[in-house]
Amino acid sequence: MQERFDVIVVGAGPAGNAAAYTLASAGMSVLQIERGETPGSKNVQGAILYADALERIIPTFRDDAPLERYLIEQRFWMLTDDAYIGSNYRSAAFNRPPYNRYTIVRAQFDRWFSGKVQQAGGLVICETTVRELIFDGERVVGVHTDREGGAIYADLVILADGVNSTLARKAGFHAELQPKDVALAVKETLFLAPEVIEQRFGLQGEEGVAIEMTGAITHGMVGTGFLYTNRDTLTIGIGCLLSNFVQQKIPPYELLERMKAHPAIQPLLAGAELKEYVAHLIPEGGYNAVPRLYGHGWMIAGDSAGLVNSVHREGSNLAMTSGRLAAETAIALREADRPFTAENLSRYRRRLDDSFVMKDLKKYRRLPATLHENPQFFTTYPGMMNAAMHEFITVDGTDKKSKEKAIRRSLGERRGWFGLVGDAFKLWRAFE
Amino acid sequence: MHIVVCIKQVPDSSQIRVHPVTNTIMRQGVPAVVNPYDLFSLEEALRLKDRVGGRVTVLCMGPPQAEMALRKAISFGADHAILVTDRAFAGSDTLATSFALASAVRQIGRDMAVDLVFCGKQTIDGDTAQVGPGIAKRLDLQLLTYVSQIDAVDPERREIVVRRRAEGGVQVLKTRLPCLITMLEGSNELRFATQAGIFRAARYPVQRWDSKAAGIEDPSRVGLKGSPTVVRKVFAPTPNTQRADLISCESGTPEDLAATLLAKLTTRNPELAALLGRAGMQETGR
Ligand SMILES: Cc1cc2nc3c(=O)[nH]c(=O)nc-3n(C[C@@H](O)[C@H](O)[C@H](O)COP(=O)(O)OP(=O)(O)OC[C@H]3O[C@@H](n4cnc5c(N)ncnc54)[C@H](O)[C@@H]3O)c2cc1C
Ligand SMILES: Cc1cc2nc3c(=O)[nH]c(=O)nc-3n(C[C@H](O)[C@H](O)[C@H](O)COP(=O)(O)OP(=O)(O)OC[C@H]3O[C@@H](n4cnc5c(N)ncnc54)[C@H](O)[C@@H]3O)c2cc1C
Repeated sequence: MQERFDVIVVGAGPAGNAAAYTLASAGMSVLQIERGETPGSKNVQGAILYADALERIIPTFRDDAPLERYLIEQRFWMLTDDAYIGSNYRSAAFNRPPYNRYTIVRAQFDRWFSGKVQQAGGLVICETTVRELIFDGERVVGVHTDREGGAIYADLVILADGVNSTLARKAGFHAELQPKDVALAVKETLFLAPEVIEQRFGLQGEEGVAIEMTGAITHGMVGTGFLYTNRDTLTIGIGCLLSNFVQQKIPPYELLERMKAHPAIQPLLAGAELKEYVAHLIPEGGYNAVPRLYGHGWMIAGDSAGLVNSVHREGSNLAMTSGRLAAETAIALREADRPFTAENLSRYRRRLDDSFVMKDLKKYRRLPATLHENPQFFTTYPGMMNAAMHEFITVDGTDKKSKEKAIRRSLGERRGWFGLVGDAFKLWRAFE
Repeated sequence: MHIVVCIKQVPDSSQIRVHPVTNTIMRQGVPAVVNPYDLFSLEEALRLKDRVGGRVTVLCMGPPQAEMALRKAISFGADHAILVTDRAFAGSDTLATSFALASAVRQIGRDMAVDLVFCGKQTIDGDTAQVGPGIAKRLDLQLLTYVSQIDAVDPERREIVVRRRAEGGVQVLKTRLPCLITMLEGSNELRFATQAGIFRAARYPVQRWDSKAAGIEDPSRVGLKGSPTVVRKVFAPTPNTQRADLISCESGTPEDLAATLLAKLTTRNPELAALLGRAGMQETGR
C-alpha cells in the first residue's frame, strides 16, 4: 500500500513542529518524520524560548507548555582569566505577564509541541530516519526512509532536519558546511535545588536569569559562553567556531571545564551536580551562507537553512517563524489550487525577507567575517576593559586625572590608537 | 493460535538519576520505555505467529501514557493492543497487578481462546519477577520460566516443547497448552519495524479498559486496597568507594601468598588480629 500525504515534514524540532502544526491546523494531511526516539530526544537541552514566535503559532501556549522560568534579568560579561566586567539589566517590567522570554528544557518542550501537532491532526512517526528525497525529474515527490518499504510520497516536502541537513546536501540543494560557518557548542545541565538557585541569583518563584559571556573563556576563539537558570537545573555552555577548534586543538569539553572553573563562574555552580552533557553544531554563517530555500516540491526551514542569529543567540524563534511561513505559503497555494512549483514557492523567500528573520540576518551580514578576521574582539578587548575598570576603582592614592591618563595610555599600548579606531569602525559596520 | 504478551512501561533505568539534594529518585523527565525483558517475549510471540499463524495481543496495565509502549509493540507486528487503565489500579503491588492482568487475560480470551501468555523474566523497575507466575497461578496455566528457546509448538495436539535454563544445565520440557512463558534475555533479537508497521502503530486505536471492562468485579482486590505490600522507602545505596587490592609476593608460592594476605588483613583490621591471636593461643595451649 502506498502512503501519500499533502506534505511531509522532516524533523520534529521547532522548525518542523511549527510547520507541521500550522499545516495540520489548516486541515492539510501532514506526515512528520523524526529520527529520534521521541521528538526532542535528539535535541540540545536548556535553551531560551522567545515567546513571540511561538505566540504567533499557538497563542495559548502558556497554558500548558513546559516552561521553566521567565527571564527578568540579562547579564553580559566580558571575562579575563580572573576577572569580569559586565552589565546587568533587570526590570520590573519583565515581571508583568505576558512574559517575553523563558528558559525551557528542549526535550520536554519539543515533546509538548509535537503533542500539539498530533492533536491538530498531524501524523507523527519517530525512530525513522529519512535517507533521501525521491525525485521525479526536478521535482521532489517524496522521501525514502531507513525502514523496509519506506518510500512515502507527498506533493511537498519541508526539510527541517537541523544544522547538518544531510538531506539537502545529498540532493545538491546546498554545499558542504564550512567550518568557518558553524560553531560547535557544548553544554551541560546541572542540578541545583530551586531554593539555592533563587537565593544565588536573587530570584523569586519562577523568575530567571540569563548570563551571556565573552572574553578569555574562549581562549582567543570566536565564540561566547552562557548560563541560564531553569527550575531546578542550570544550563551552562560555550560555543566557538569549528574552524577555531580545529586550529587551537582545545577539546570542547575541556573548554567548558575551564570556563566552569573561572573564579566568577565557579561560585554560581557550587554544589550543582551534572545531569547531562551534549555537543551540537550551530550554523553561524549568517546571511551570506543562507542557501536556496525552495525548489520544485520542497522548502527548507530552521537550522537546516542556516537561519540563526548568532549575535543575539536566537535560533529556535527563527526556526519556528520560518517553519510557519513555509507552511502558510503551502496553505495559501493549496487554497488557490496552485501547484507547489519553485516559482509558486518563491513566495516563501519573499515572506522571510519581509520578516525579522532575514532582516536581522542581513543587518549582521558582515559580522561573521569581521569577527573571524579580528580575534582581538575576544582577546584584547576584554583584557583592556577589565584592566581599565581595575585601575579606575582601585583607591591607591593616585589622583583621578592621572588614573584616566594611565588608562588611556594602557588602551593605546594594548591595541594602538589606530587599531582602536579601526576596530570601532569595523564593529560599527558589522552592526550597522 | 492466540498469544497474549504482557508488557510493562518502565522508566529508562539508564537515565534515572537520584536527586543529589533531596536524595529521591527523579522520575520526572525520564523517558519511558518498554521493559527490555518483555521485548524478548514479544519477539518470540511474533516468531511463533510467523511459524504457525494466529493472533498476538499485547496487554499492559498502567497510566494512559503507557499507550506508547503498546503502540511500539504494534509497530513490530502485534495485532491488537489493550491498555488496562483505571485510577483504581494506582498503588497496585505484584499481588494486585497479577490479579488485574489475569482478569484481563480472561476477558481477552472471550473473543478468541488464549493458548499462550508471555511475560518478561522481570521488570527493571519493580524487579520482582512475581507477576508472570502470579498470572499463571490464577489462570491455572502451566508455567515455564527462563525459557531460552521454543523448539516446537503444535496447536492441534496442544503441546509445546521448550528449552529452559536451569542451574547447571538446560532442561528440555514439554507441556500442554495453554501455558505461560517468561523468556530469558538474549534469547532472540528484536526485529526492526517496517515502514508499514510504523504507520499502523501511529494510527492504531489502542483499546482502553477500565477495571470493569477488565472483568474486575471487586475493586478492593486491586490498587492500594488490594495490595498488602507497601514500599516504605526507596533510596540509592551509597556507592562502595573501596578499591580492590592486588596482592602479590616475590616467591609466589601459595604459602607466602597466604601469609602476605594474612598480614595485610591483620594490619587493616586490628580486631581481626586480636581475634586470630587469641585463637592461635588457644591452639598452642591445647
Ligand atoms: C521502585 C519500585 C519498587 C516496588 N517495590 C515493590 C515491592 O517491594 N513489592 C511489591 O509488591 N510491589 C512493589 N512495587 C510496585 C508494583 O507496582 C510493581 O511494579 C508491579 O506490581 C509489577 O511488578 P514488577 O514490576 O516487579 O514486575 P515483575 O513481576 O518483575 O514483572 C514480570 C513480568 O510481568 C509483566 N508485567 C508486570 N507488570 C505489568 C503491567 N503493569 N502490565 C503488563 N505486564 C506487566 C511483564 O511481562 C513483566 O516482564 C514497586 C514498584 C516500584 C516502581
Ligand atoms: C548549545 C546551543 C544552545 C542554543 N541555545 C539557544 C537558545 O537559547 N535559544 C534559541 O532560540 N536557540 C538556541 N540554539 C539554537 C537552536 O537550538 C536551533 O536554532 C533550533 O533548534 C533549530 O531548530 P530546527 O527545528 O531547525 O532544528 P533541530 O532543533 O535541530 O531539529 C531537527 C530535527 O530533525 C531531526 N532529523 C535530522 N535529520 C533527520 C532525518 N534525516 N530524518 C528524520 N529526522 C531528522 C533531528 O533528530 C531533530 O529532531 C542553541 C543551539 C545550541 C547548539
